[in-house]
Amino acid sequence: MATLIHRGQEWQVKAGMTVRDAILKVGLNPEAVLAVRDGRLITEDNKIKDGDLIKLIAVVSGG
Amino acid sequence: MKCRKCGQRAVFNMRRHKLALCAEHYLEWFPEQVERTIGRYRMFTRDERVLVAVSGGKDSLALWDLLLDLGYHAEGLYIGLGIDGGFGYSELSLEKIKAFITTRPEAVLHTVDIAKTYGQSIPEVAAHKRRGRGKPCAVCGLIKRYVMNRVASEGDFGVLATGHNLDDEAAVLLGNTLHWQTGYLSRQAPVLEEKDGLARKVKPLCRLYEREVAAYAIVKGIDYIYEECPYAVGSTTNRYKELLNQLELDSPSSKLQFYINFLKAKEQGFFQPAEAQVELHPCENCGQPTTAPGLCTFCRLW
Repeated sequence: MATLIHRGQEWQVKAGMTVRDAILKVGLNPEAVLAVRDGRLITEDNKIKDGDLIKLIAVVSGG
Repeated sequence: MKCRKCGQRAVFNMRRHKLALCAEHYLEWFPEQVERTIGRYRMFTRDERVLVAVSGGKDSLALWDLLLDLGYHAEGLYIGLGIDGGFGYSELSLEKIKAFITTRPEAVLHTVDIAKTYGQSIPEVAAHKRRGRGKPCAVCGLIKRYVMNRVASEGDFGVLATGHNLDDEAAVLLGNTLHWQTGYLSRQAPVLEEKDGLARKVKPLCRLYEREVAAYAIVKGIDYIYEECPYAVGSTTNRYKELLNQLELDSPSSKLQFYINFLKAKEQGFFQPAEAQVELHPCENCGQPTTAPGLCTFCRLW
């Protein structure tokens, strides 16, 4: 399993799926987030591995 | 996914362009796009002094950073709004800007603290004004625009640049279209020319997606405030952005087409020119341009 974090919320997802599929699975829009793994930006086709901690940065800002 | 230019690991993919790039080539591509936008809309030259409104967010810091990289004379203006939101939003914003400046020793920052200068913070003004009915956004926008114009004018800046990106523009466009606000539609543009004491206003990021700006800031290592203004949470603008991103998810390039074709329609005369609608004269108190008789709307706030 791997962990996705977005604005303080966490989800556990199965390894093997793409980052894009994981983003959609947890109900987020890939157009509205950027995925960071180990401090590096990654593209959505990357496969999620066991133990991954992926931070989803919200790009939409207001103010 | 591989970088289109060099075949190395791509860090960012842009579906609307069918283009994936590595960090190195993204940091080349992004400024090139901004430079093209500046040239396309004749925003400013390297001989002009540009005042960049910086909030500590990704858009304004990315804009300031790359304008400095590109050799433009760009100074920053931070307006301290006095918004706390339970986590010191304004203080945190200023910390990010100060941290940015330590990485750019050539950067010059102008600061205006609303509470110190005018006696009340944005939330305090909003609390006792009917404008916006307690939510500070309307008051905040009015005050920011006033201060930006004033600092630009007093500091002899010919150009005022803001970090509005394509998502911002498309969201505003959607809102104005839904309500058929033809006056606002006729005035929405990448450049608002100088007029009667108002500096030229430009949006060099207007053809770039919000996600692309965020990617640039992250890859470049610009530390920005991730938290949005507490009053923006649940706002109509953010709701429109969500809707547009849903369209973009299903059909890449939707946001771009919406905005760019709107600009084309304006060029083709679809809207009455904005200049024909607005007459300005100096405020009786501060001398800043205003359409209102007597005092400008800003001076009436205090």
